[in-house]
Amino acid sequence: MTGREDGAAAAAAPAAIPAAPLARRRRTRWHIAVFLAPATLIYSVFMIYPLLDSLWMSFFRGTPEGGAVFVGLRNHITLLTDELWAGQFFNALKNNLMFFAIHMLVQNPIGILLAALLSTRRLRFRGAYRTLLFLPTMLSVVVVGFIWQLILSPVWGVAESMLSAVGLGDLFQPYLGREGSALITLSLISVWQYIGIPMLLIYAALLAIPDDLIDAAAVEGATGWDIFWKIKLPLVMPTIGTVSVLTFVGNFNAFDLIYATQGALAGPNFSTDLLGTFFYRTFFGNQLQLGDPYMGATVATGMFAVILLGILVYLTQIRPRIQTYEL
Amino acid sequence: MKALKLTGLLATTGLALALAAPAAAQQQKLVIESWRNDDLAIWQEKIIPAFNKAHPNITVEFSPTAPKDYNAALNAKLASGTAGDIITCRPFDASLGLFQKGYLTPLSDLKGIENFPDTAKVAWTTDDGKTTFCLPMASVIHGFIYNADAFQELGIQPPKTESEFFAALEKIRADGRYTPLAMGTSEQWEAATMGFQNVGPNYWQGEAGRTKLIKGQAKLTDAEYVKTFEQIAKWKPYLPKGFEAQTYADSQNMFTLGRAAIYPAGSWEIALFNQQADFKMGAFLPPKPDNAQECYISDHTDIGMGINKASKNQDAARTFLEWAATKEFAEIYANELPGFFSLSKHEVALKDPLAQEFVNWRKQCKSTIRNSYQILSRGEPNLENEMWATSARVVSGTLSPQDAAKQLQAGLDKWYKPAP
Repeated sequence: MTGREDGAAAAAAPAAIPAAPLARRRRTRWHIAVFLAPATLIYSVFMIYPLLDSLWMSFFRGTPEGGAVFVGLRNHITLLTDELWAGQFFNALKNNLMFFAIHMLVQNPIGILLAALLSTRRLRFRGAYRTLLFLPTMLSVVVVGFIWQLILSPVWGVAESMLSAVGLGDLFQPYLGREGSALITLSLISVWQYIGIPMLLIYAALLAIPDDLIDAAAVEGATGWDIFWKIKLPLVMPTIGTVSVLTFVGNFNAFDLIYATQGALAGPNFSTDLLGTFFYRTFFGNQLQLGDPYMGATVATGMFAVILLGILVYLTQIRPRIQTYEL
Repeated sequence: MKALKLTGLLATTGLALALAAPAAAQQQKLVIESWRNDDLAIWQEKIIPAFNKAHPNITVEFSPTAPKDYNAALNAKLASGTAGDIITCRPFDASLGLFQKGYLTPLSDLKGIENFPDTAKVAWTTDDGKTTFCLPMASVIHGFIYNADAFQELGIQPPKTESEFFAALEKIRADGRYTPLAMGTSEQWEAATMGFQNVGPNYWQGEAGRTKLIKGQAKLTDAEYVKTFEQIAKWKPYLPKGFEAQTYADSQNMFTLGRAAIYPAGSWEIALFNQQADFKMGAFLPPKPDNAQECYISDHTDIGMGINKASKNQDAARTFLEWAATKEFAEIYANELPGFFSLSKHEVALKDPLAQEFVNWRKQCKSTIRNSYQILSRGEPNLENEMWATSARVVSGTLSPQDAAKQLQAGLDKWYKPAP
């Protein structure tokens, strides 16, 4: 390895031999390229190229013979203005925002709470709790969807009998089958599954807070409540920011849970249709609907734009306001 | 030492190749792409061995994909050139599209294709009627399967007319031991397929109504379609509690466990129901409107088989399809997979009484296919998808029959211009 590099460097700069220190400095820079190369290469081939290719594809329209013609921005205009396409797109976008809002309001606060509880000093069986809470995250979405579908099933489910046991049997509804409740139910199932991720990340951030800070605050007479709100929470704020971005990206790419439980038509009446299921239906088709890869690519471009916009808002508006502290 | 080993290796490889080559020339291998993963055992144990008796030099491998992934997977495989030699064809546009893209070999001149009536071939023939590209294999018939023991217990006769049907449902509900109708709307397609398309042909008079829609002489807002929706809207009180979240598998299990009296069905259920239900079952026709004379059934062309144009084994594939057009195949297939009825003109006797009951209806009633399949689901919005969503909403009472019909027609009007 090194031998070849030396040779290459020498061949590249034969005239520079007298200026030995300069050549040496230049030669040391090769390692940057060498170390960056694998990641850059893999990332370009498997992420950037497909992304660009899919963006490029959205400028075409298929012909019956299997070819494609360039149509410029016509697909994008169709997606955003045609009553039929725009109706589906904005319905999916609205549902997706709702899905995200529920995650932010339920998953992340509970994640913080669980992390705070896990990091309390006198907790016993900490490892067991941590593992149990993280377990659903490692299950396949199909399994999670199936389990919850069974739990909530009006035919065999335990949900109804459990509610009845505490006198709340009247509350039971076929939650997954009603337009009003299906999306909220699925969001909560997803929250249940992924709660482990914010919990672990924030837990790690909480552990990184030096004990002397907490001890000093305690000596000054701060209560546990004060310590949490005034010391711990501000210190883990950057992690919460990261978790929010992960949630955002994950939610706007979500597809599998809906597909596994409700199918590609995201019923009832498209009330659980997310951008991901809308994309799948468009790209791959459904029953008699033939897939249209070009409109599918257009929907994918729309998803990319939404996610990009969200990330930009975070990077320019939100992150600068999160204070980081050197510990 | 190293060189010696290498030579030895080369020699062995060469020998192996020399030995393998003549065998490969005789033995041809066919791979069948299909979505019928439920039928894997029957293909491996019955159909392929029967074929190999006559054609021992062709190895056949049945390689199914999950039904809901099939179209997407097949398209991807064909595009990348990795698809099998024989393609199981979905009816109408999905396969027509494949043919137009040049993925399927034309089969109009296949030996034995004359054994199939035009009504069967229409699902796999170009719009101009000139080229057939898949061999019709099987159809499924809609109707209602009932728990005969429960009917006897409650003293109910299989209903023939709409009012008898609802009287029977009312009687079952009043008794309370059985859920009258086992169906849910969670997956949406049941409401459209086992509801709308099951009872509808009696209202729109089968083929007459179906072709009128295509010619633009009838609209989905016409009385016959509203009436079909009105009929399935009346099912709600007889469905299980929480049917909105009840899946297809839930309904199947509910019926085979003996908890429900009537199952709005497609004949494809027969094999599974025979296996799982330990009570006597019968079937009755979709109930006729009270004053109707004729009866109509949905006898839907569901499965065909074609040849991948890129396959290197065209001759072997043709041999297989020619065999699939014979009476021998029709007999094995229809008997091993009761509920999938041969589309050929061969007279086939069925051993399964329930399947025989279904197929007997062909003699009493006029057959038609699902009205959304030919041509009408070509555009956006997709009529079939719309039927799923609207039928499910009509059954669950969140959309009125009139509005459902209006929505379907409005969707169709958006893109469909009937040929003048």
